Amino acid sequence: MNTAFEKQDRTGPVLFRTYEKGSGLKKALSMERNDILDELRESKLKGRGGAGFPTSTKWMIVAAASDSKKYVICNADEGEPGTFKDRVLLTEYPELVFEGMVIAGYTIGADEGIVYLRGEYFYMLSFLEKFLEDMRSNGLLGKNILGKDGFNFDISIRLGSGAYVCGEETALIESLEGYRGEPRNRPPFPVNTGFMGHPTIVNNVETLASVPHLIMNGGAWFCEMGTDKSTGSKLFSVSGDCDSPGVYELPWGTTIKELLKIVGAENAKAVQVGGASGICFGKKDFSRSLAYEDAATGGSIMIFNESRNMLHVLKSFMEFFVEESCGQCTPCRIGNVKLLEGVEMIERGEFTFEYIEKLKDLGRTMQVASKCGLGQTSPNPFISILENFKDEIFNPREVNEAV
Amino acid sequence: MFVHEKNAVSDFIGDLTRKYGRQRSSLLPILQEIQHKYNYVSDFAQQEVARNLDIHPVEVYSVISFYAFLYDKPRGRNIVRFCKTIVCELAGARAVAEAVKRELGIGFGETTKDGKITLEYANCIGMCDKSPAMLVNERVYSGLDPEQACKIIREIK
Ligand SMILES: Cc1cc2nc3c(=O)[nH]c(=O)nc-3n(C[C@H](O)[C@H](O)[C@H](O)COP(=O)(O)O)c2cc1C
Ligand code: SF4
Ligand code: FES
Repeated sequence: MNTAFEKQDRTGPVLFRTYEKGSGLKKALSMERNDILDELRESKLKGRGGAGFPTSTKWMIVAAASDSKKYVICNADEGEPGTFKDRVLLTEYPELVFEGMVIAGYTIGADEGIVYLRGEYFYMLSFLEKFLEDMRSNGLLGKNILGKDGFNFDISIRLGSGAYVCGEETALIESLEGYRGEPRNRPPFPVNTGFMGHPTIVNNVETLASVPHLIMNGGAWFCEMGTDKSTGSKLFSVSGDCDSPGVYELPWGTTIKELLKIVGAENAKAVQVGGASGICFGKKDFSRSLAYEDAATGGSIMIFNESRNMLHVLKSFMEFFVEESCGQCTPCRIGNVKLLEGVEMIERGEFTFEYIEKLKDLGRTMQVASKCGLGQTSPNPFISILENFKDEIFNPREVNEAV
Repeated sequence: MFVHEKNAVSDFIGDLTRKYGRQRSSLLPILQEIQHKYNYVSDFAQQEVARNLDIHPVEVYSVISFYAFLYDKPRGRNIVRFCKTIVCELAGARAVAEAVKRELGIGFGETTKDGKITLEYANCIGMCDKSPAMLVNERVYSGLDPEQACKIIREIK
């Protein structure tokens, strides 16, 4: 019943199209480093891990740094509830992820890559190690890669130990350095002061996996898909109340409604876009499109049908944040507890609307005053669920009568 | 702890230090291997790690206390981690969890008397498309129902 390795026939415009192992890397090594950066810039590829930072900018800064030691880190901490697309890439398309890392190393002048794999994915470790070993014997990793004199690059895998916040790039680096996974102040950013103080690019699994295809087909080709500001395609991890949960590759700009149709969930009541830290949309917003400039997501789409209690869904998310906050800064450490208490007060029917408004204000304060993305985004479900489902939550009789 | 047990722990940690190196960045992999072998990182092991890496034992403890998968108290030889996040919950995880609790006669956060199994909750383990899901040590099981889950648990019992 170990189902994580079940292969599926997948098709998609970028990541799920056919790919000949080694081809992207081979082509990249025949190119000038600057030409790779140009293709990347033309593609307008943005980070797939959630924050959406332009990948070419990140790479250019590290490429331009004069340090003799640089690192490429693949963020495989995939901990956002409802996200499992990196699991699929790592188990079914590891060649894309690893070749993406090698191409990154070549482009920025690094000789070392580290995959930070979440502890929950330990079951992939021996498979991935073996895959790396095969790459070494085929000259795709190690010294003078594919005969390119002087280009050395190797990849090691490090495991997390069950902390969601370690997916935040500076917490990840702290963790790799042997400390508690507590996010750092930014700036300085990892591109300047990263792992062991050296310039480091941290990229999501999916971002890196896009690179070999981009090299093969060019930046202009990538821009043909998606929207102006969100080019290319995205992997969506779809779960919850639908006929066919799973990972789907769709162009950016696909509307929530279109996605619901594809996965068989046309009777959905609510769609949580972006995981626990994302925003919950109701029916009136199903025409919104999935894109950085509209309903943004690192890939998590959770679907809820009419029978689901949205206050309960919200409570689950807030419990998650109370558990996963690293506790370093006050807005997040205390704020999430207060928001959870608020949800429990509503559950018990012991609240005033004035207090709920105060909590929403607290949420808005957390969004600006928290040190890292966890506390900055954890109020999102609180605010959006209490706004978009207020009838159901604060006026339940009406809903009952309608049923 | 008997002297020969302490010596075995010291030797093991010495080997790990040679394997990963004495730098601070080796701390997590070393602790993970100790956890893997002994199911927790004892006070003595913490002191040994600190001595080997030349850091204060409090530093070691502070790292252990941060990570959900590292323990400073003994845990069962097998750790069952049950996803309690919303998608699994909506797919019936509660009924599965209750069944597993009955089967083992323990609650979450507890270990069976014979020290064989510890039951823990986990947040989303990335199997939401095949929920409910759980991890048993390093294996992942998905699409569970109460009966299947208990069968899997019985096999390790
Ligand atoms: C609490 C928190 C958790 C995060 N978890 C992940 C994660 O699991 N995987 C990931 O790629 N990025 C995660 N990120 C985003 C990273 O900080 C970073 O933006 C990303 O790895 C950069 O890669 P990209 O530009 O390719 O997206 C997380 C951020 C926060 C604040
Ligand atoms: S926002 Fe939360 S997770 Fe981030 S540093 Fe502050 S306490 Fe830690
Ligand atoms: S919600 Fe249980 S695996 Fe994701």
